[in-house]
Amino acid sequence: MVKHRIACQHCDLVQSIPQLPDRATALCVRCGSVLFRARADSINNTIAWTVAGAVLFMVAINFPFLGMKTNGLERHTALLTGIQEIYRQGMVGLAILVMLTCVLAPMIQMTGLLYVFLPLKFNRKAHFSAVVFRLFQHIQPWSMMEVFMLGILVALVKLGNMATIVPGVAVFAFAVLIFCLAFAISSVDAHLVWKRLERIGHD
Amino acid sequence: MTEMATARQLGLALCHDCHMLVDWSSVQPGEAAYCPRCGARVHLRKPNSLKRTWALLITAAVLYFPANLLPITITTSLGNEQSDTIISGVLYFLSHGEIGIGLVILIASILIPLTKILVLIYLLLTVHWRSLWRPKDRTRLYRMIEAVGRWSMVDIYVVTILVALVKLGALANVDAGPATIYFAAVVVLTMLATESFDPRLMWDIVEEDHERREA
Repeated sequence: MVKHRIACQHCDLVQSIPQLPDRATALCVRCGSVLFRARADSINNTIAWTVAGAVLFMVAINFPFLGMKTNGLERHTALLTGIQEIYRQGMVGLAILVMLTCVLAPMIQMTGLLYVFLPLKFNRKAHFSAVVFRLFQHIQPWSMMEVFMLGILVALVKLGNMATIVPGVAVFAFAVLIFCLAFAISSVDAHLVWKRLERIGHD
Repeated sequence: MTEMATARQLGLALCHDCHMLVDWSSVQPGEAAYCPRCGARVHLRKPNSLKRTWALLITAAVLYFPANLLPITITTSLGNEQSDTIISGVLYFLSHGEIGIGLVILIASILIPLTKILVLIYLLLTVHWRSLWRPKDRTRLYRMIEAVGRWSMVDIYVVTILVALVKLGALANVDAGPATIYFAAVVVLTMLATESFDPRLMWDIVEEDHERREA
């Protein structure tokens, strides 16, 4: 029985976690926070979902996102056009924020995951894996594609009685990408990653 | 089960990045300690947690006013200019039968930031007052605001999409209003404030009280 000791990040209580069955979650006995989640086949699942997400990301960035038709006028935009537009209006901070949360953060997450996980699959370690994986963990709260999707839906309703909205290929790619990235992240077993990185490092 | 102890009582510190328990007993006060496994800086508790959280929170609370009072979008349509605040947008949706969307904006843009600010102020005060009251529920409250905070960004994205899409010259044009930047700042600052608050401070007080009673 492999046990490992962990302190709860919310109440500091030290507890031992036994080997958990796949997909089981260990909660802190005192405050109820999640201590640890056991993932099934973590490395393969993470790589698979991330590769799928990366392909969809290319589509979401490069293809028409939303179009609008009204009284014979038509306008098409790509994902980056909106960001460009607020940048041109002088709202630089806002443009950076949207760029970071909807484009850069997901991109960094996906490249970071592949950078760390692909070598791990073959029991190797890429240079700076620890730094890259820490960056992946820190950027996670700032990756907000699912919130952006809700924003698209609200904008569609808002414009619904004013014009016809033509969703482009990129919107559908974006919608599926959200699920791929969510599944990729929920397949990540951080404990396993740190254990592996540590072991390979000592060889 | 053995006697329950916290990492601090055992002379250990939790690495926030890789969750390794690092030996803290040999670390001098003020000395920087780094995790031997992942290289992150290790702290026994988040540094200056109370001060930092207060500073971020007060700034967010101040900016909450211009964010809600100034217009967030300026719509020009055939020469008519119309400014909308977040609240007037919500009222428009509710009065035009779009209850679902109206509620989404109401919850995400007005209630969530307000709740976050109030809950964090409450949690900070309980630490200052050395409250022993229901630490488990207070921790749960903290987890809740940590989880929902990101959804406040939805209005920023709506504005971005409208500004990009509705550019039809004299016929219809949407520009971002001055509230956008304040609102974005509120969302970012409350997220940073949540991150800098250390819920373990609430439990430290419970343990210190426990130790005092046993002594």
